[in-house]
Amino acid sequence: MAAIGLVLGGILGWAAIKLRVQDDPLVEKIDAILPQTQCGQCGFAGCKPYAEAIAKGEADINLCPPGGAEGVKNLAELLGVDAKPLGEGVEPKPKSVAVIDENTCIGCTLCIQACPVDAIVGAAKQLHVIVAAQCTGCELCLPPCPVDCIGMQVIKEDVVTWKWRYPIHMMKRAA
Amino acid sequence: MSRKLYTFNGGVHPDGHKAMSNGTPIRAMTLLPRYIVPLRQHIGTPARPLVAAGDTVLRGQTIGAADGYVSTAVHAPTSGRVVAVEPRAVPHPSGMFDLAVVIESDGADRAIEFQPLDWRNLDPSALRNRVRDMGLAGLGGAVFPSYIKLNPGGQKIHTLILNGAECEPWITCDDRLMRERAPELVRGIEIMRHALGSETVLIGIEDNKPEAIAALRAAAPAGMEVIAVPTRYPGGGGKQLTYSLTGVETPAGGRSTDVGIQVFNVGTAYSLYRAVELGEPMISRVATITGHVAQPGNFEVRVGTPLSDLVAAAGGALAGASGELIGGPMMGFDLRDSDAPVTKAVNCLIVKNPRLFPAKPIELPCIRCGACAQACPADLQPFEMYWYSRAKDFGRAQSYNLFDCIECGCCSYVCPSHIPLVDYFRFSKSEIWEREREKRSADQARVRHEFKVFRLEREKQDKAEKFAKAAEKSRESAASNAVTPADPDAEKKKAILQAALDRAQKTKETVTPKNTENLTSGVQKEIDAIEARRAKVEEKTESHE
Repeated sequence: MAAIGLVLGGILGWAAIKLRVQDDPLVEKIDAILPQTQCGQCGFAGCKPYAEAIAKGEADINLCPPGGAEGVKNLAELLGVDAKPLGEGVEPKPKSVAVIDENTCIGCTLCIQACPVDAIVGAAKQLHVIVAAQCTGCELCLPPCPVDCIGMQVIKEDVVTWKWRYPIHMMKRAA
Repeated sequence: MSRKLYTFNGGVHPDGHKAMSNGTPIRAMTLLPRYIVPLRQHIGTPARPLVAAGDTVLRGQTIGAADGYVSTAVHAPTSGRVVAVEPRAVPHPSGMFDLAVVIESDGADRAIEFQPLDWRNLDPSALRNRVRDMGLAGLGGAVFPSYIKLNPGGQKIHTLILNGAECEPWITCDDRLMRERAPELVRGIEIMRHALGSETVLIGIEDNKPEAIAALRAAAPAGMEVIAVPTRYPGGGGKQLTYSLTGVETPAGGRSTDVGIQVFNVGTAYSLYRAVELGEPMISRVATITGHVAQPGNFEVRVGTPLSDLVAAAGGALAGASGELIGGPMMGFDLRDSDAPVTKAVNCLIVKNPRLFPAKPIELPCIRCGACAQACPADLQPFEMYWYSRAKDFGRAQSYNLFDCIECGCCSYVCPSHIPLVDYFRFSKSEIWEREREKRSADQARVRHEFKVFRLEREKQDKAEKFAKAAEKSRESAASNAVTPADPDAEKKKAILQAALDRAQKTKETVTPKNTENLTSGVQKEIDAIEARRAKVEEKTESHE
């Protein structure tokens, strides 16, 4: 009996060391929920720094406008806290992409340096173009532009991104 | 027949209305003045337009090329002039516009030269490329590019199933096609069998189409078995027909090819025959026009025909018509805009009236009767998915295998509370798809952002290293110059340089500035003041050093 106990104990001990599950750090899990726009609207330099601040308990979970109410809900679920409405002055905007006005752009490269995801193509004194598919709509390229030639364009639904609407139910016939 | 048939669970028996449109032969349509050909007529990437406004085109000319892997070509339905390539109304539940080529016909209907293919002596991959360029997409409703389905892709496709079940209660286009064009259809099946290398070929037809069954039995060669399956909706669902004929269940989340079976619609086989043996691209299909019209029936319709013209060809809608339905009543959707054209996916247009399609009864609360689960042919629990979809709890809805729902509509059909269950499932599915799209782009943004941070750091390091290296080098060269002045060339250069410097020094000494003579006392005073300041500054900098 004792021998069996020792053997099993030994196996368990070995397994505990050898097969230890490397748990995902909390920061990664939080970062996975954040929308990765890198827009800094939360007051941090990007999604990762915000995730780190949340993990340390230094920031609230309702500061991310692009994540919206659903993002807050998911964070609340992950962290085991109550969901709350988005913070004061934090308004989610419709999903947009930045567009450069080709007639005004002077090719100064300032927006290229500002883009957090390298979604702007161009060179000094050459026309700059935004790769719409990579643009997160963070608006960080707007302030540095000296000629104000970048505008935000709301992404419209098309046949592919169109969603079935929530069925409207009529429990009572309309009077 | 000796073959044992299997019975899938669930299913319903909606009222049949096939007799309305299956009594008359397939009619041809007169040439129309205008065709609208959408570039997105299949699942996947839309075709890339090859024409612009002002171009003239011939019937069968490629106007949109396959773009990417899951894509297929689009062709001009007649000869004429392209008047626009712009967003137009398309048959889609959203009622949205999509990019289309608008062709004004010249009335001559001249065609390109069709080149038949010697497919028996052709490499299967060349055959598939041809099928892609001919614009073939599955005509059963999903319009998946056919050339991909003709690629066994390393898998053994032992059984080829032809779906002629046509279980929707109004549609009869496959029925008429099988009755009238069975020999050609069978030749299309031969091509499929050649491409896939299947041993068994089964043609499944619901037993409410005895004429079609007889016609295909007469045309089918040895090795092709025509099987009558009991009429029960949705017997024509790919997975349901596969199970009925073979007893093999398609795994959840998988395709029938995972179990070595490929399923094609009979209409696709016929179009494949035309594409390969006649060399004619897919520019027309058989479509049913039925319901509240003067002469319901089937037409050979060119792709791009405005649906309003199709209604007119059937004698026009009768008085009291209350809208149009694309597809059947079980799975179809309301047409928002009758300018929308017939695409490869449109198999039926039903003109509604209040008697045939009464207003939907009021939705009542779910009474948890479980009728939907009994009716579900995919063995799901629709009521569970409904509750979670209604609560917008998509994760849990998905955990009840939402994506195995084929949206056949049996649950909505049997629901005693008249709950539009399928509408909830479609809502949930599109919400989940959107989240997946967002997740993908977020992941991409994360990677790109991390790379940018890394790139900036790397550039900083590179720069620092370069400076360090340059400084090192200059120090080294200075040191080496001091130690080894052996180079005679360098000596010579140094001497020349020294001579030049000496010359410059001499001129400087001899030449005096010319504008300092004859100064007024005021100017001289200013100069003295400046000199004094300069001296002070120099003194200061020296003391600092």
